[in-house]
Amino acid sequence: MANYRVNIWRQDQTEKQGRFEQYRVEDISEDMSFLEMLDVLNEKLISDDLVPVAFDHDCREGICGACGLVINGIPHGKECGTTTCQLYMRHFTADTEITIEPFRAQAFPLIKDLMVDRSSLDRVLQSGGYVSVHTGAAADANNVLIAKHKADDAFTAATCIGCGACVAVCRNASGMLFVAAKTSQLALLPQGQPERLERSLSMVKQMQDEGFGNCSNHYECEAACPKNIPASYIAQLNRDFLNASMTSKEYESQTHCKSLEE
Amino acid sequence: MPISLDSRIPDGDLADKWSNQQANFKLVSPNNKTKYKVIVIGSGLAGASAAATLAEQGYQVDCFSFNDSPRRAHSVAAQGGINAAKNYRNDGDSTYRLFYDTIKGGDFRSREANVYRLAEVSGQIIDHCVAQGIPFARDYAGYLDSRSFGGVQVSRTFYAKGQTGQQLLLGAYGALNRQIHLGKVRMFVRSEMLDVVVDKGVAQGIIVRNLVSGEVSRFNAHAVIIASGGYSNMFYLSTNALSSNVTATYRAYKQGALFANPAFTQIHPTCIPASGEHQSKLTLMSESLRNDGRIWVPAKQGDHRLPADIPHNERDYFLERRYPAFGNLVPRDIASRAVKQVCDKGLGVGPTGHGVYLDLADAIDSSGRDIIEERYGNLFEMYQRITSENPEKTPMRIYPAAHYTMGGLWVDYHLMSNIKGLFVIGEANFSDHGANRLGASALMQGLADGYFIVPSCVSHYLTEQKPQLVDTTSDSFNEIDQSVENRVADLLSIKGQHSADYFHRKLGQLMWDNCGMARSEKGLRKALDEIPKLSEQFWQQLKITGCGKELNFQLEKAGRVADFLEFSQLVCQDALHRSESCGGHFRQESQNAEGEALRNDDDFSYVAAWQFKSGKSNHQPEPATLHKEPLRHEAVAPDQRSYK
Repeated sequence: MANYRVNIWRQDQTEKQGRFEQYRVEDISEDMSFLEMLDVLNEKLISDDLVPVAFDHDCREGICGACGLVINGIPHGKECGTTTCQLYMRHFTADTEITIEPFRAQAFPLIKDLMVDRSSLDRVLQSGGYVSVHTGAAADANNVLIAKHKADDAFTAATCIGCGACVAVCRNASGMLFVAAKTSQLALLPQGQPERLERSLSMVKQMQDEGFGNCSNHYECEAACPKNIPASYIAQLNRDFLNASMTSKEYESQTHCKSLEE
Repeated sequence: MPISLDSRIPDGDLADKWSNQQANFKLVSPNNKTKYKVIVIGSGLAGASAAATLAEQGYQVDCFSFNDSPRRAHSVAAQGGINAAKNYRNDGDSTYRLFYDTIKGGDFRSREANVYRLAEVSGQIIDHCVAQGIPFARDYAGYLDSRSFGGVQVSRTFYAKGQTGQQLLLGAYGALNRQIHLGKVRMFVRSEMLDVVVDKGVAQGIIVRNLVSGEVSRFNAHAVIIASGGYSNMFYLSTNALSSNVTATYRAYKQGALFANPAFTQIHPTCIPASGEHQSKLTLMSESLRNDGRIWVPAKQGDHRLPADIPHNERDYFLERRYPAFGNLVPRDIASRAVKQVCDKGLGVGPTGHGVYLDLADAIDSSGRDIIEERYGNLFEMYQRITSENPEKTPMRIYPAAHYTMGGLWVDYHLMSNIKGLFVIGEANFSDHGANRLGASALMQGLADGYFIVPSCVSHYLTEQKPQLVDTTSDSFNEIDQSVENRVADLLSIKGQHSADYFHRKLGQLMWDNCGMARSEKGLRKALDEIPKLSEQFWQQLKITGCGKELNFQLEKAGRVADFLEFSQLVCQDALHRSESCGGHFRQESQNAEGEALRNDDDFSYVAAWQFKSGKSNHQPEPATLHKEPLRHEAVAPDQRSYK
């Protein structure tokens, strides 16, 4: 059993400016998950008549993408390929300080404490992150064959859980790895081809409109991604975007190309 | 209000029923569709696919999720795969065989017509999902790969590594996103349905609390579809996400919808054992592991050697021994019970004794490490993160955990409850899995309901509705809105000393001990005696800090626990009345000499549909009233289910 001092970002919905507050958590077993440690803290806060710490979480098995905390400066903590909910206390030395902050980015407005609004990611996908197929229109599933390595590559891109760690870790708060994971999944598959170029244009435009920055090749996103999605997909997105901007009529009419030049 | 349990099963041969029904469905003309509004509660596989498909057809759709994005719905966590009767393997599969396996797997407690339809549309689901760009596993020639699951002898499970649920959900979420972008679906996230508005037996809308602002508001519609998932979290520890709850379906039940077979809950055999009291949830290890993993315990009690040091002849591969025909791939209910039995005999492994080995060593020897890693790599990583043990070196330890609930709101063949215009789909309804669900069938059912079945049923219903909506300032809305506000105020006003989690843990323990894998009259009576006391304590000692007009997750949790406290009594009542054993419902009084479940078709071949009965207090209902829908087995004669 170990004790820790945790510094947690507290900010009420009504407050413009938040602050760190330090709490002590005691009797934490190494088999507890990081969020279970926060559960213990919250139980204590409630029993002391204090408002518990708000944070997003749901499945607690690393797949829903709801959880996301910056732990000692790193989104989801320093363990590689791990979401916050799958992080266990055995990785933290007893009697040390742990600093916990929300994911910070212009496109992720803070809701309360450690909880941020990531609906900007949803809106980016709404702008084109799908194949526009009507229910009932499909031909037999084995009519179109897909080479195994392509399907596997598309799967790797498709494992993105939409947590936003790539944005939180990026000095530009760029959403490029998130966008590239979706465009690449569909660009690698025959079903994604008809809308491929328009998709890259519309999703990049929406990404910029939401206030995400652009990529300047630091690859921090790849290191922070709990699903180990490689940054090479960003190159794929860049190629599609370049191709689209040279060939697509849509692009010429879009006003945002001006702002890109500026 | 008299209850009609007309299941509206169409005439004709089993194989023709759905096509006959479709031919007889009335249609709404394209330019009239925009005049109708449909509410969908939940955005998992069933909810997202229904919302997207109805919007594609032209209806106005409002979709609600308590999560911050539709993509978080717990369908995302389904691992192993989705069944479909494609027979791509030429291994003898067919629509009939999928139907038969599902009926038998459900221990002859589901409706034949519904299950046949499910098997019929299963192939279309795969077609549609591939068209959406879902990266299913493929073989080297580029064809779709498939694998086997518990309770079947064919390979009909399509998969995307151990993340099939995630991939299918992202497909449905993509379809939903497209409709949101087109302005056909209004998506409300961080919004929890707290009640359904019913007037004169017709659903008119819902009452919703915005979880960020705390504001309670009203939404009207011509039809309401509940796709809110299952209620395994009544056990506190389960494989469900932490916010999964029974509130939407239980509120509908309190408004008059019948709740069918609530005692049919599924305990999944292969989960990572709990490690201590702090445990907040249990993590599933996919059933697909049983394709290659062998389950065993030491043959002798008190054998504390390391698993690798125990020779093969001193191990008991108890599933292979007891069920030679299906071996490690017996259905979930049978595997879970067998695991419990060996652990109860003191043969369990691990620090708590609640565990058995799931061993992949033989498969690694015969197939090679690369192949096994390719199949299960992500599961191994997940296991290692949680337990800090490497399953390629030492066998996994697994133990059963509450996972899925076959019970749910009663629906007819049109997936409509006994409340007109209130449809229920996915895990939230009761219809397809009987007393036990087969692996990889939940994804199939959720998507069958959402993409292919409910849209045409809702359309048919809407042909009889006038385009005018009931105003949200009507008496029915006022009354229910007020009761929701009152309940929130009541919860906040208790100001006791314990958090909602405190009561939830106690309830979970009571349910697991008395209404879990093995149930007895004595245990169930004890639970029925204890839960009302716990509920009373809850309403006297609950403590919530903060207020209602802001983000307050304690308040959300308290509302859900309050519903679980009432609902779990209904579960126990159903479990007590059904004195037979069937599927996941195992009554200790009803077993044969070998300890296998003993069904009683003479007395219990029916759907138990329960009607709410209010009590003296708002929080303590009277025992529910039972209505029976007899099950007619025309295509498959029930026999004792054997996997030996």
